[in-house]
Amino acid sequence: MLLASLLVASFVIFAATYLAPGNPIAALSGGRSLPASSVHVLEQRYHLNAPFFTQYWYWLGNALHGNLGISITLRENVSTLIASRIWTTAGLVLYASVLILVFGIGMGLAAGLRPGLVDTSTVVLTAISAAIPAFVAAIVLILVFAVKLGWFPAIGNGTGVLDDVRHLTLPALSLAVSSLAIVARITRAAVREERERDHVQTAISRGIPARQLIRRHVLRNAAIPITTIAGITIASLIAVAAVVETAFSLNGLGAYLVQSAQSKDLAVVQGISLLLVTAFVVVNLLVDVLYAMLDPRVSLGSRAA
Amino acid sequence: MSAGIPVAVAEPGRPRVLIGVQSTGLAGIASAAVIAVATLVAVFGPLLARTDPELPNLSLAWIGPGGGHLLGFDVQGRDVLSRLLVGARTSMLGPLVVVIVSVVTGTGFAVVAAWRRGAADAVISSGLDILFAFPGILLAVLATAIFGAGLPAAAISLSIAYMPYVARVLRGAALRERSQPYVAALEVQGASASSICLRHLIPNILPLIVAQATILFGYAMVDLAAISFLGLGVQPPKPDWGVMISENQTGIVQGYPLPALAAGLCIVAVVIAFNVLGERLFERAQAGRG
Amino acid sequence: MSEPAAASQTVAPAPAAAAAPLLEVEGLTVRLRAGGAMQPVLRDVSVTIRAGEALGLVGESGSGKSMTARAIDRLLPDGAEVDGSIRYEGHDVASLSGTGLRQYRNQVAMIFQDPRAHTNPVRRIGDFMTEALRTNLGVPGAEANRRAVEMLEQVGVGGGARRLRQHPHELSGGMLQRVMIAAALLTEPRLLLADEPTTALDVTTQSEVMAILDDLRREFGLAMLFITHDLELAAAICDRTAVMYAGQIVEVRSSDRLHDDPLHPYTAALAAARPDISRTAARLLAIPGRPLSAFEAPAAECAFAPRCAHAQEACRAALPELAELDGGLSRCRRASELRGRLGTASDG
Repeated sequence: MLLASLLVASFVIFAATYLAPGNPIAALSGGRSLPASSVHVLEQRYHLNAPFFTQYWYWLGNALHGNLGISITLRENVSTLIASRIWTTAGLVLYASVLILVFGIGMGLAAGLRPGLVDTSTVVLTAISAAIPAFVAAIVLILVFAVKLGWFPAIGNGTGVLDDVRHLTLPALSLAVSSLAIVARITRAAVREERERDHVQTAISRGIPARQLIRRHVLRNAAIPITTIAGITIASLIAVAAVVETAFSLNGLGAYLVQSAQSKDLAVVQGISLLLVTAFVVVNLLVDVLYAMLDPRVSLGSRAA
Repeated sequence: MSAGIPVAVAEPGRPRVLIGVQSTGLAGIASAAVIAVATLVAVFGPLLARTDPELPNLSLAWIGPGGGHLLGFDVQGRDVLSRLLVGARTSMLGPLVVVIVSVVTGTGFAVVAAWRRGAADAVISSGLDILFAFPGILLAVLATAIFGAGLPAAAISLSIAYMPYVARVLRGAALRERSQPYVAALEVQGASASSICLRHLIPNILPLIVAQATILFGYAMVDLAAISFLGLGVQPPKPDWGVMISENQTGIVQGYPLPALAAGLCIVAVVIAFNVLGERLFERAQAGRG
Repeated sequence: MSEPAAASQTVAPAPAAAAAPLLEVEGLTVRLRAGGAMQPVLRDVSVTIRAGEALGLVGESGSGKSMTARAIDRLLPDGAEVDGSIRYEGHDVASLSGTGLRQYRNQVAMIFQDPRAHTNPVRRIGDFMTEALRTNLGVPGAEANRRAVEMLEQVGVGGGARRLRQHPHELSGGMLQRVMIAAALLTEPRLLLADEPTTALDVTTQSEVMAILDDLRREFGLAMLFITHDLELAAAICDRTAVMYAGQIVEVRSSDRLHDDPLHPYTAALAAARPDISRTAARLLAIPGRPLSAFEAPAAECAFAPRCAHAQEACRAALPELAELDGGLSRCRRASELRGRLGTASDG
């Protein structure tokens, strides 16, 4: 299923860029007019007159070997261009993921296990933050923490590892806000639901102490939906990262993808799209695997809706 | 009922009608109110705006609130309030289109898959699984590459990206409904598949569909605003809330945060309203089923 | 309410009854929050169980029978109001806490109706069975597993250690219920609370599981509170049977006399409503109306009066008390005069 998804995805990506208006020769030449022999050479090299599927085949083959073509605007290998930006995006997504897991699940657990003020305030807080899109969070965070308080820089990538982290903090936070809220809500709901289950009654009737009850019967069972939602939201970060990178002027793959789409630098669009889709599918696969590990009733490949 | 052998009566599906927003609690009412206001503004916005939202006047750039201009001026000297009022149109219309298209197609696929089961279900489910590989924003980016930036392309791509989610949720519900005794009873009585689906099955899962659509509206609004923010959706100088944030972002660091924040607040308020209402409707749909 | 003086009426060759009862429930009244107000679910329930004795608790849905067991096992939902007393071996159950409570839970084991819902689907059978042993009694893992396998043999579940590694979804309903019974017996309890243990199973499995439960109970000399809606079933395996209606006990009788000489119209009606395969009848008998829950029943009259063929003015005037009659208890104020006219001899 994984391979099928990727294959179809790659096909769609290729087809999409194939259909894009514009003359590939003109794009390659940068608008200059070329002698016929040069045109002929270009056509040969890039298989521009070959039928659609042949072109697709060549492209895919190249891609699997790491050759993603050449950027029209920058005249460099797409692979190189991607490589120089990938760590920004990866770092951003990773940072945000950690925030989501630690604070999202943490808050959800606190709310689910303790009724009262903690619970109510969590519900209200998450209801609001779940609705805050990444770019709105971005401008608010920039306003508060960069402009007013000056704790974090507003834009740019930073130099060196520690400075990088500092520069990535506000972006990661923006990226994480709404996903964090969703994970917290689901965690809370899952924990509360598990506490009401009949099998918990069985354990109580046997005198299992509360702490053990929570750990072995409530949390262990709630881990299933929690892992699923955490996985899904983290996967979605891959796409939304583009928005955050643009807002913070970060030199990442997402921002670059957007720029390339606007300037019709198709090879770059193809290359980055393929990479992002692959990452997305891989993360979803990991979630499926984790789910099957956690729930003995389920065999791999059948994540219940 | 005289003493006799009790018999289970096969009852044709009574549609569990959505009883109405009134009974969904205070938060539900508040949300509905916000949504109503937003809708009214979307419809009547241009009439309410006092100043031309698109006419730039750089000499007025960044001036704060005062003198009939409640929210001041934006980066190009346009009245912020007017732009918000007019921008409501695209900000609300886009998600509406996305929701309608994705819910209608999603329901269609879900019901067909649930009804036919077997091979048809397998094919549809596999197709949906493949579509899941595409995040909405990515599809919008691809659409931009082909068709150029603009709201229609963005809306269509988002509809395609959302459809599998709707279909998956509704497929489960449709399958459950399909296995209810009344469906078998109707089949035995000779009712056709389409009549059962249209007159009984879909009405019975309608509360779930409506709840899902409401929640989806919130997501669509966020995603479309994000796409416009990136410059791939609604194009400036059109007043769209997402565009406004992008345009006025420089104001944040320069000390004029109001225009961007105002647009952000509008988005967040409406999305919260849809989320809250959607969740209430979802709970009621679940309760009605139990 | 007074304790039945009919201590010597146990007919079956039961072991010599201990002097003091094992479990004494007196005047138990439970209210739960429903629709914004506290509604009664149990009204003035009193039962006694002696060591080694099996008491059946029979009633329709809403009669309060499950709630009684939960009250005894302290499994009531939060916010429940409880009046009256529950005493186990003389100790007040409501005031137990900490180690005392855990010991109580070891001595009183509960078997639930739906085994699948009551077992944790992500944990293995071995885990499920030995959890209490390892946690509360400090039995080391290997020893606990050994005992679990032995007990599984006794309930007719083979497979030994391999079975312990399986998950609940790999077992059928009947096998899972046997596992639950085995697990309950592992802590060597003295009292079993069986809440409709076979209702969720198919008929053939029902009799198998019932047989195992009955055998083991007698073998280990356990007392049992057996809850069911099936009057015949309760009478078959229990020494005495109590009948509940609308949250109250309406009759307590030794099982062998229950069918032929019931002391309450409701019991008679229940017995008569069950189709008898050996007779032909033009019409199935049913009790007119529907069973009331405790919170629907009026507080100052006989709750069964509206559906009773023998009801009179006096029945609606005041709440009848549970009174002793011929070795049993009855809440019907016309019990003594109706004797003989309530049994299977009179139908319709």
